[in-house]
Amino acid sequence: MTAAPPVAAPSAATPAAPRAVFDWFFALAGLGVVAIYVRAIYFTPIEATQGAAQKIYYLHVPAALAAYIAVSLTALMSIVYLWLHDERADRLADASAEVGLVFLTVVLATGPLWGHKIWGAWWAWWDMRLTLTLFLWFVVAAYLVVRGAVEDAAMRARFSAVLGILGALLIPFIHLSVYLFQARLHPMPIVLKPGEPSLPGEMLTTFLLAFLAFAVLCLAFIGVRYRVGVLRDLAAEAIA
Amino acid sequence: MSGNPPGTLAAAWLIARKDLAIEFRSRTAFLSALVFAVLALCIFYFAWDESIIAPADRAPGVLWVVVAFSGLLGLQRSFSIEEHDRGIDALLVAPTSRESIYLGKAIGNFVFLCAVQAVTLPALVLFYNLSVGEPLLGVAAIMVLATIGIVAVGTLFSAMAVNTRMAELLLPMVSLPFFVPVLLNAAQATTRILGGRPAAEAWPWLRIIIAFDIVFVVACTMAFPYTLEE
Amino acid sequence: MLSTSGSLVVEASGLCRTFGRRRAVDGVDLSLVAGESLALFGPNGAGKTTLLKLIAGLLAPTSGTVCVMGRALRSESSSRASIGLISHQSMLYRALTSLENVEFAARLYGLESPRAAAMTALDRMRVADRARTPVRALSRGLQQRVAIARSIVHQPALLLLDEPYTGLDAAGAAALTDMLRDVRRAHATLVLVTHNVDEGLAVASRAAIMLDGRFARQDDCAALDASAYRAAYRSMIVGETPPPEWTMPVSA
Repeated sequence: MTAAPPVAAPSAATPAAPRAVFDWFFALAGLGVVAIYVRAIYFTPIEATQGAAQKIYYLHVPAALAAYIAVSLTALMSIVYLWLHDERADRLADASAEVGLVFLTVVLATGPLWGHKIWGAWWAWWDMRLTLTLFLWFVVAAYLVVRGAVEDAAMRARFSAVLGILGALLIPFIHLSVYLFQARLHPMPIVLKPGEPSLPGEMLTTFLLAFLAFAVLCLAFIGVRYRVGVLRDLAAEAIA
Repeated sequence: MSGNPPGTLAAAWLIARKDLAIEFRSRTAFLSALVFAVLALCIFYFAWDESIIAPADRAPGVLWVVVAFSGLLGLQRSFSIEEHDRGIDALLVAPTSRESIYLGKAIGNFVFLCAVQAVTLPALVLFYNLSVGEPLLGVAAIMVLATIGIVAVGTLFSAMAVNTRMAELLLPMVSLPFFVPVLLNAAQATTRILGGRPAAEAWPWLRIIIAFDIVFVVACTMAFPYTLEE
Repeated sequence: MLSTSGSLVVEASGLCRTFGRRRAVDGVDLSLVAGESLALFGPNGAGKTTLLKLIAGLLAPTSGTVCVMGRALRSESSSRASIGLISHQSMLYRALTSLENVEFAARLYGLESPRAAAMTALDRMRVADRARTPVRALSRGLQQRVAIARSIVHQPALLLLDEPYTGLDAAGAAALTDMLRDVRRAHATLVLVTHNVDEGLAVASRAAIMLDGRFARQDDCAALDASAYRAAYRSMIVGETPPPEWTMPVSA
């Protein structure tokens, strides 16, 4: 929960690195998540049919929301970069993609844990959100691998932006294809509609608060990672 | 001397012909992709017990996995020949538009992949004991439609990959997620057709492939100039 | 298509190009009219190749402008029909024959009889007897001759040459010098990057020395004493102090 580490004094060649400050936003986000889990575990009723296992739901779905926020930001920043050629947009796209990958992994890890408990199956292919998240994971992973494989900064930014935009175009096609695939067998609502049964008051409140906490956490992580990106670019310039 | 530089499609066709001429000289990539495809068909055959799942039932899935991976082998080479002695620079200095370079490469890849598939499909019929008949024409049509989509994204990504480290590893990793809608829908459509279902049942799947083709041919043509050195 | 005499073929103003933090071209102003030929000298890393690529439209300027015959080559593909480029790499396809390589270029430029034009170009570089040989089987010097033939097949009005004499034997160098003289006689414009001062001065009407991304000096070749220029240039490159009259800035 600490801020970016303090950096050496600027030399004549490099511009001054950002001053180390305590990251209030991140601390707030962290506290928010802790508070949510205290509420979810101790102060929210246990669900009737699923038992205590249902509580993973407060992690699984908000993590998905955080992931979608991050990944959408990457796609948006890709467009902004190609339009304005501002390296800050590229840096933000990179930060969002990494944070997005982490949250996507959380969704993919908690999904089977939950699914196995309540359905007896590890992977529910008919769960649209889970399947889409899986393919989104592959696309974001490819995005990050491409970033790692290109040395020239301008070329890296261009390639990533192209991949970000094409990836955004791809998602509806995957959604359509998988929906068509399982619609024959298990008609299920689409990913945007909450597929779970409507929640009673207490649980709904916890759920919505969890959404908020994770959204804030996502943005806080992106902020931290963005600053790491700035430091990294400064270091690369100093070496060059 | 005044010349009349060819238009976009004519220049694309010139570039495609040039690529195919180069490929025809050595045929190494073509034969590698071909041997891989046929060998993979055979290996997959032995992965199942034919008393549990009939070969004809696994054929569609196997076909599309093999098409995807043999396609990747072909896509690798399309920009590596330009990188060798910077032939790409000559194309960029000539009065050919960036779009025609992309289209030319894509057309060359399309012909290459179709040529590999022209052997893969009969090999499938042979090894999986499929009945020869009209449904095979339907499958061939699906293969053509799917190949357009595969080539559209694959050509763009091979242009990117040639500028990176580990190009051969990067291309499959980036391309395969994009192949998923094509492969999924094509496999489902192929299952319907080979299962003797009426063509109308395959249509919802084919529709998505066609939409994918249109969207990505346009998007990748527009994206291509960004993959060139600036 | 040759431009009329007196019109500006190459015009660069404040041209800059950076790669990361390195300024390869750092504020170049250049004007070349039709029929002029510029010999560009300078040490390795001075930015000569980058400048050539900027003129050819292969690279985009970080700032400043460069126009060929009044048009920006990067955005308008049709105006590229009158330039030819010879660079460090051959830009040939090794699996194809010499004739196929040059004919492909001829077709790309939309020439009327591509095959005949290709044979003519190969003949000018005295490599027509290797027309049917795959480029892969040719020696470095012969590959260079084929590469040069490919770049002149469409008789460009502006020819950009980056150390074209590299790898050429005496016969190849003679063919190139003859070709360049013909090109000059036809009133085309040349920019020749070379390390060999004699070769450069033999062909050029203007000479420039590039240092650290900008022109250290430009001279009219008619006013130059070749041996003095050569000696002073050499000392400049090696790092010794050149003679005093050398350090006077010379306007274009």
